[in-house]
Amino acid sequence: MSDKTDMIKVENLDKTFTLHLRGGIALPVLRNTGFSVASGECVTLHGPSGAGKSTLLRSIYGNYRPQSGRILIRHDGEMVDIVHAQPRVVLEIRKRTLGYVTQFLRVIPRVPTLDIVAEPLLARGAGLDASRARAAELLTRLQIAEKMWDLPPATFSGGEQQRINIARGFCADYPILLLDEPTASLDEANRKIVINLIDDARRRGTAIVAIVHDADTRAAITTRLLPLQSQGVAA
Amino acid sequence: MSVQQNYRTGATLAGYNFAFLDEQTKRMLRRAILKAVAIPGYQVPFGSREMPLPYGWGTGGMQVTAAVIGSKDVLKVIDQGADDTTNAVSIRRFFVRMTNVATTEKTRAATLIQTRHRVPEIPLSEGQILVYQVPIPEPLRWLEPRETETRKMHALSEYGVMHVKLYEDIAQHGHISTAYDYPVVVNGRYLMRCSPIPKFDTPKLNMNPALQLFGAGREKRIYAVPPYTEVKPLDFEDHPFEVERWPESCALCGAGDSFLDEVILDDKGSRMFVCSDTDYCGERREAGHTGRMSAPYKAEAAE
Amino acid sequence: MTNLDQTPLLSVEALNKSFGRQAACRDVSFELWPGEVLGIVGESGSGKSTLLNAIAGRLSVDSGKVLYRTGGNDIIDLAAASEAQRRHLMRTEWGFVQQHARDGLRMTFSAGANIGERLMALGQKHYGSLRDTALDWLQAVEIAPDRIDDLPRTFSGGMQQRLQIARNLVTRPRIVLMDEPTGGLDVSVQARLLDLIRRLVQEHNVACIVVTHDLGVARLLAHRLMVMRRGQVVEAGLTDQLLDDPQHAYTQLLVSSVLSV
Repeated sequence: MSDKTDMIKVENLDKTFTLHLRGGIALPVLRNTGFSVASGECVTLHGPSGAGKSTLLRSIYGNYRPQSGRILIRHDGEMVDIVHAQPRVVLEIRKRTLGYVTQFLRVIPRVPTLDIVAEPLLARGAGLDASRARAAELLTRLQIAEKMWDLPPATFSGGEQQRINIARGFCADYPILLLDEPTASLDEANRKIVINLIDDARRRGTAIVAIVHDADTRAAITTRLLPLQSQGVAA
Repeated sequence: MSVQQNYRTGATLAGYNFAFLDEQTKRMLRRAILKAVAIPGYQVPFGSREMPLPYGWGTGGMQVTAAVIGSKDVLKVIDQGADDTTNAVSIRRFFVRMTNVATTEKTRAATLIQTRHRVPEIPLSEGQILVYQVPIPEPLRWLEPRETETRKMHALSEYGVMHVKLYEDIAQHGHISTAYDYPVVVNGRYLMRCSPIPKFDTPKLNMNPALQLFGAGREKRIYAVPPYTEVKPLDFEDHPFEVERWPESCALCGAGDSFLDEVILDDKGSRMFVCSDTDYCGERREAGHTGRMSAPYKAEAAE
Repeated sequence: MTNLDQTPLLSVEALNKSFGRQAACRDVSFELWPGEVLGIVGESGSGKSTLLNAIAGRLSVDSGKVLYRTGGNDIIDLAAASEAQRRHLMRTEWGFVQQHARDGLRMTFSAGANIGERLMALGQKHYGSLRDTALDWLQAVEIAPDRIDDLPRTFSGGMQQRLQIARNLVTRPRIVLMDEPTGGLDVSVQARLLDLIRRLVQEHNVACIVVTHDLGVARLLAHRLMVMRRGQVVEAGLTDQLLDDPQHAYTQLLVSSVLSV
C-alpha cells in the first residue's frame, strides 16, 4: 500500500494491563505491534482468544490507553496520534473520522431508535431531517420495522439492538470503521445485509478494521488478514 | 472642647437634658443622620438608646426627633394620620416635657412632624422635617434572611429579588397587591422601605420639598430622603405602579382625594369612611366642605 | 485541529484549598472547553464539592487561579475578581445546580418567579414577557405549563430539579456547575433528568462541570472525567477511557465497585 492512502498507522504499540486490585499483577497484551490500513481495505484481526484483538481495536478508537507506541489516524488530511492526542481532539476524531461498532448497544434512556441512529450524522452538522432520512434508510435496509423507530431500544432483542448499533455506525459514513463482531448474534439474512453494508463502505474507500469470528463472514469481507498471537506480534 | 448647652432649659423637667438624650448621644445621632442624608436611602447603623417607651412604640423616630429638635421648633405628632391617638399623644407630651417646644396639630404650622404609618395629606414645604417611625428598615428582610447577604445585595444593587416578590403578587392576585410599605428606589440607587405607610402615600415621598428622616430603634438604623429626591416605586412595564382608588369619599368633609379609614358604627354592619388625616379633614370642614354624615364642625372632639 | 477553539473557557491552575490542616484540594489544574461536559468523580470527602464551590467562588481559595474567558472575551481570574464581578457572572454567564433543589430554588415563590428571577435581576421588567419566557422554559424541562404559579414544594423531587435547571439556563449561561444533580432521586426519575440535561447541554452548547459519585451518571453525561481522591486528581481522561481502561489503583477500585456501569 502506498503511504498516501494510509488511514491508520500503528507503530510499536505496547499495552499491558496492571491490575492494582490483584496485587499489581501485569498482563501484557500487545507488544511492539505495528501495521497500517489503507483506504478501501478491510483488515481483519485474527488470533486466539486473549491475543489482544479487542484491545487493539479499542486502542485504535482511543478507548484503551497503550503504554508506548503510536496510533496515527488520518484526520482532516493529517496523521494524528490518537494515543497522545488531547481528549477533545480524540472526540473530534471520533465525531468525524472514526466509527466504532460493537455488538453491544449502549442504550440511552428515553431516546428513540431513529434518533440514536441519526445522532452521529447530526453531531457532524447534518440537518435533523437529512440525518433522520439517512437513519430511516439504514433501519429499513437492516429490516427494523418502522413502528419501532419511535421507541427507545432498551427493551428490543439482542439482534435488533445490534442492528440498530450497526445502523448508527454506518450512518455518518466515517472514513474509518472499526467493527467488533458486527454480525455476532444475527441470523443468516441479516448477516448478509451487514456484509453488503460493509462491502459497500469499503468500495467507497472506507478503511475498515474488523474482528469477526464467523469464518464465512470473515471470508466475505476481508481484504487482508492480520494474525495476532498471545502477546500479539503482528505479522 | 466642652459641650455647650445652648437651649433654654428652664421649663423642661428637672434633671433631664433638653430632649431627653445627652448631647453626645445627639451628636452621634446627628452624624448618622448627616450620613443618611448624604447617601439617600442607605441604612446607617447607630447606637440606639433605651427610651422611656417600649421598642415598637416609635423609639427610633423619637431618637431622630430628639436629635434634630430645637427650642424654636413647632412639633406635630401623628399616628395613622391622627394627632389624638394614644401613641401620638404620649410622644407629643414626652417632647413637651423634655423640650417645652410649641406643638400643633396643623401640618402647615409644624416645623417638625413625627409620624407613624402616614404622610400628611397637605403637601409639605421646604424647611419642614418629617420623621418616620420604622419597625423594620430592611426591604429585603423577608426575601433574604441573612443580614450579611442583604448588605451585600445593597452594596451591589442586586435588587432583582424584589421584583420577584412583585411578580409573585401579580401571578397570585392579578395585580401588585402590596398595599403598604411599598418598595421604592431612592435617587436611582438604594432600595428602601417607606415604613408601613399605605401605598397611597408612596408618591408623596417623591421630590418632596421637606427632609424625610426614618428611624428604626429596635433595628438601630437611620435612613433619609433629602428634599427634592427621586423616590421611585418598583413596578413592571405592563403593570405600572398605581395608588388605590375607592368610590367612597369622607363622610365628614367629603374629600375624595384622601386616604380613608373605615369606621364600623354598629353591630349591624353600618359603617362610615373618614379621612385618616384628622388635620386635613378638620381644615376642609373649617372651610365649609361637608360629607354624607357631616356633623357641625365645632361639635367634633376626640373620643 | 482547525475548527476547535484555541483558548479554553475555563482554566484552573494549581488550585489549593485547606480547611485547617485538612487539604480539600491539592494542586488541582484542568481546562474546560466550550460545550464540554467534565465529570468529577470520587467518593464523599474526596474534595469534589469543595473544588466545585471554589471554582464558583463560593469558597475562597488558598492559592491558584480560576481563569474564565467571558462572553466579551476577557480573561478574568475568578479567584481574585471582585465580588461584584463574580456575583454578576454567577447569575448571568454561569449557573449552579444544587444537589438539593431547596438550596437552589426559592421555595416560597412560584415556579414562574423562580425561572424569571435571573432575568429580573438583569433588569427585565415586563411581566408578560417574563411569563412567556417562564412558560417556554417549563416546556423545555417538561413541566406542565399550568404549574407556573405553583410553589416548588408542591412539585416532585425530579420536577424541582428540572425547575432548578430551567432557572439556571434562562440566561443562557456558558458554564453550569452541577453538584450531584441526580442525587437522592429514584432511578426512573434520574434517567429522565439525565436525558434532559444531556439534551439541553447539547442544544445550548453549554459547558458543564458535574460532580457525581455515580459512575453511571458520569458515563452518560460527561465527555471527560477527573477522578479525585483526598483532594488530588489521581487520574483524568476521556470518560470511556477512564471507565473502560482505568490506570490508577483508586480508579480501578471505583470502577470495580460499581454493579454495572
